Amino acid sequence: MPPKRKKDVALRSEDVGIEIDAQEDSGSEEEARRRARNRRAKPSPRRAKRPVSDDEDEEEEEEEPPRRKGRRGKAKVQDSDEEEEEEEKKGRKKKPVKASNRKKKAVKEESEEEEEESAEERGKNKKRGKAPSKKEKEEQNKVKKGGKDKGSEKNKRKNSGKFSSSSGSGSDSDSLSEGEMELLKEEVEEKKKLITTLRNKPWRMKRRLQQLKEAQAFVEKFEGALGKGKGRKLYAYKVMMAKKLIKFKRDFENFKTACIPWERKIKEVESHFGSSVASYFIFLRWMYGLNLVLFGLMFGLVVMPEVLMGLPYGSIPRKTVPRPLQETAMDYSVLLDFGGFMKYSVLFYGYYNDERTIGVLQFRLPLSYLLVGVGIFGYSLMVVIRTMARNANEGGDGTDEGDFNFSWKMFTSWDYLIGNPETADNKFASITTSFKESIVDEQENQKNENIHLRRFLRVLANFFILCTLGGSGYLIYFVVKRSQEFAEINQDNLSWFEKNEVEFVMSLLGLVCPPLFETIGELEEYHPRVALKWQLGRIFALFLGNLYTFLFALFDEVNTKLENEKSIKNATITAYNEYYSNYSSFYNTTDVPPLDIQPADAIRGPCWETAVGIEFVKLTVSDIQVTYLTILIGDFLRAVLVRFLNYCWCWDLEAGFPSYGEFDISGNVLGLIFNQGMIWMGAFYAPGLVGLNVLRLLSSMYYQCWAVMSCNVPHERVFKASRSNNFYMALLLLVLFLSLLPVVYTIMTLSPSFDCGPFSGREKMYEIVMETIEKDLPAFIGNIFTYATNPGLILPAVLLMVLALYYLNALSKGYQQANLDLKKKMQMTRDEEKNRRNNKDSTNQVMKDLDDLLPNRSLIPPPEEEEPPPPVVQKGSKSPKLKPGSAANGRGVNLQKEVSLAAANPRGVVNRPPGPRGGPPGNVRGPQPGAGRGRGRGGPPPRQ
Amino acid sequence: MHFCDGKITQLEWVTSKQRLPMNSSKPIRTALSFPEKRSYGELALLHGRYRELAPHLVPLDYTNNPDIKLPLSLLVSMPELKENPFRDRIVQTFSEDGQGDLSFNDFVDMFSALCESSSRELKTRYAFKIYDFNRDNLICKEDLEKTINKLTKGELTPEEVTLVCDKAIEEADLDGDSKLSFADFENMISKAPDFLSTFHVRI
Repeated sequence: MPPKRKKDVALRSEDVGIEIDAQEDSGSEEEARRRARNRRAKPSPRRAKRPVSDDEDEEEEEEEPPRRKGRRGKAKVQDSDEEEEEEEKKGRKKKPVKASNRKKKAVKEESEEEEEESAEERGKNKKRGKAPSKKEKEEQNKVKKGGKDKGSEKNKRKNSGKFSSSSGSGSDSDSLSEGEMELLKEEVEEKKKLITTLRNKPWRMKRRLQQLKEAQAFVEKFEGALGKGKGRKLYAYKVMMAKKLIKFKRDFENFKTACIPWERKIKEVESHFGSSVASYFIFLRWMYGLNLVLFGLMFGLVVMPEVLMGLPYGSIPRKTVPRPLQETAMDYSVLLDFGGFMKYSVLFYGYYNDERTIGVLQFRLPLSYLLVGVGIFGYSLMVVIRTMARNANEGGDGTDEGDFNFSWKMFTSWDYLIGNPETADNKFASITTSFKESIVDEQENQKNENIHLRRFLRVLANFFILCTLGGSGYLIYFVVKRSQEFAEINQDNLSWFEKNEVEFVMSLLGLVCPPLFETIGELEEYHPRVALKWQLGRIFALFLGNLYTFLFALFDEVNTKLENEKSIKNATITAYNEYYSNYSSFYNTTDVPPLDIQPADAIRGPCWETAVGIEFVKLTVSDIQVTYLTILIGDFLRAVLVRFLNYCWCWDLEAGFPSYGEFDISGNVLGLIFNQGMIWMGAFYAPGLVGLNVLRLLSSMYYQCWAVMSCNVPHERVFKASRSNNFYMALLLLVLFLSLLPVVYTIMTLSPSFDCGPFSGREKMYEIVMETIEKDLPAFIGNIFTYATNPGLILPAVLLMVLALYYLNALSKGYQQANLDLKKKMQMTRDEEKNRRNNKDSTNQVMKDLDDLLPNRSLIPPPEEEEPPPPVVQKGSKSPKLKPGSAANGRGVNLQKEVSLAAANPRGVVNRPPGPRGGPPGNVRGPQPGAGRGRGRGGPPPRQ
Repeated sequence: MHFCDGKITQLEWVTSKQRLPMNSSKPIRTALSFPEKRSYGELALLHGRYRELAPHLVPLDYTNNPDIKLPLSLLVSMPELKENPFRDRIVQTFSEDGQGDLSFNDFVDMFSALCESSSRELKTRYAFKIYDFNRDNLICKEDLEKTINKLTKGELTPEEVTLVCDKAIEEADLDGDSKLSFADFENMISKAPDFLSTFHVRI
């Protein structure tokens, strides 16, 4: 306690002594009781307990006022004893109280408050005796940071003031008036709030404890008075439940994260290689999910029913290996080419029977086949578009939009939960990576060179690339043309090169062009993220040529097969007719028994659908092989060689020429996209292809994760991938459309094979739908379909859709514009604010100086600086503090009087810190010693 | 309930909690349940953790209220802090003398500030102190550089570090003094989406 306060008190308080004594007495009595109850404690720190016991004492008084008088005398004696003890240790503390015994009643509360405080001090003092060194230090600290202590004292005073006053109101009469109830309630609420928010105050533990105890005692007491003493239990329960809920939520979050497949793997890759590489793996995972659904559709609705309910193998020709091939049907090489048993299995189109319904469930397999084949496209289209839309909402092309990108990275990126060395390493890597990503972005932003030169270079680069693309396109066209010519010549006259010319050229282009594009792309000096997009687009264009040749070859094959089939069909029909006519003419009967031929011996057509399916499966398998081998040789072997040959080599292999491989994002993404295109196209002809692809993606995930982590090095410029994978998705969408075309074409125009597959015997595949509508659905639905397919209806519908498209497009453009405007506005506001602050800081130097001077005054606060407490709080805090003696007066009158007196009294109960000491939070930087530490705001005092 | 719950004094609290593992009479327990809203078990756990750092130094019985402080070197070896690049700063921030020696009170303080349920304001305040390496109540460029080098294990080049520091100050500094005051820091961190989720420790 600062000395000047002692003086104040000494001057003013007078006849408080008795009351205080009595209180202290009863406090110590209480103490004694407690001691008896609780033997475990060391020599009891009674004084330390003073504030609390005081309260309780008063509570007791409330209950039994008469007994009190009797106690008083005894109490005095005891008290004086105590005081003597006390004085030995800390004489100066007690003095003011004694001296203050000559004063008027009006200031009574005031001095009592002081007294209570001194009691507290004494308690502390005692403690200091226990732990001398620590306490000493503490005291020193307190002296040093006067501001803080003043604040805390203030708080203390406030609290004790409230205690005494409100307890006084309690002792005043048995029942509380409404207004006082309200006030009490308010205060209790306030205290409760203090209890709940205490932990949020940046105080030392000791101070918090003290505050807490005071507040707690208060709440304890008056909750009882207000008839809700059970609040505490309920409160504890609530706290417990809240805790449990938080824990549950956390666990649930963890569980959810754990349920995301490969999340950890991907995060690990991301932390070392950056988000761009991780984006590939995320794309791969997304693809896996999509393919799982496709697989589910295909196997659930087509393959499983056929296996379970369809005719078994060997029952009809289409489900049997032809006799000449049966010898080699199980040979490994044949199976590897998907011939033999593989060809005549449920994996391919030809195996399915054309019976309209199969099994006891009357499952319409052909219809299901067609619908699933089309549904796969429908579903994929829907998912791709939905994902694109969602990603677009999340928005952003990967540039950092936050105002505080770097500072957030700096101050919030480390996760304090990390306790595992491995995780910590990953985190370090990922933070470094993310810093590098942002640095790259920043450098790109800052770069401003000759814009004309750059433009010229870009045009030039695009020109080169267009030339390359055009050249390779022509090359492909030329080679395909030539191969068609070759196909007409006898195969034996061709050399090996001539036979495989197309494949050779294609792989050569695929090998040479991407690196070439990359080299040319460096001319453009795009941001790596943008460069990746260009690269993707260019290679995509190149690969389209690949696709084109493949489809070209395929349709050639299909056409020849179709012709071939026609002749076989005719031959079969003639054979049958011959048989019938021969039979009837021979036996002279019209009752001809069906021809009894073994299924294996039956004449059969080429079944072009199965051939196409096999083609796609082969392609997929070879693609898998090539990809995996490339990784094994190009990455793993290279890494091994570089690592181990480096010990005995003339130059540094790791830093020099071969080095380790970088992860090829564009190549991998495009590989994945085109592979998916193959799956979409092939799934209709080979239902097993989807299953194969699921396996491929699954293994690819693990394999590539391993490869990238063990054999690759991060890119030289780690860049942030666009947050939405929308560019990948857009490419995927394009491929989806491209692969949709041939399939729909075959369904709508080509006639299916006559002796294999679920649509055999029909003119076109889609007729199965018409058939179902006619035969299995009520007539009116058929009518509806007829109307719906009427051009008169379709044309307006298309028109309507176009209009809607136009409208929505315009709408979205409008929103975009509004968005941009708002962003600009926000930026402007921010800049403005910044400027304003800057200006204020620079221009108001005088004010700043004044601010710096201010705190010095707070050391000796003149009385008038203490603002009088606002009347409301005053009422609650002051009026009730009436001693039993004064209780005889009417309370209402007294109340008024007290209020007015208190207002005039500069030493009134202080409910808030005075102006200068409270200090605005902005002042924290100022060197004021008392920068509002006590309020829990403002800067902490320098420690040490 | 009983008034004695509220009457447990600070002294008692300080001393009795050290004996927790042995003594669990009810008044004490309830008194303990309120500070920090830590349950008795949590405090006991904390004390256990504290003691396990130096079993020969920290007694179970605190009757005489000995002045026990554990040195920084012991504290940063806790698994919760071991991997943290700012471990030294954290401990120093919470130690009363600024040297990194923590009494049990400081220890409880530390984990209550860093626990999941403490408030954003409190965390902000302590985070500011932690990142303020030279303790001048301002985060200046040197502080930022130290922060970055600790975060990236010094893997960025000096130019990159300078760039990042400049950008960070440019972003967050509102009063144009090229240093981050607490107000700047608070303003910046209050908008950070994952500050609360990353700035906490579970024990």
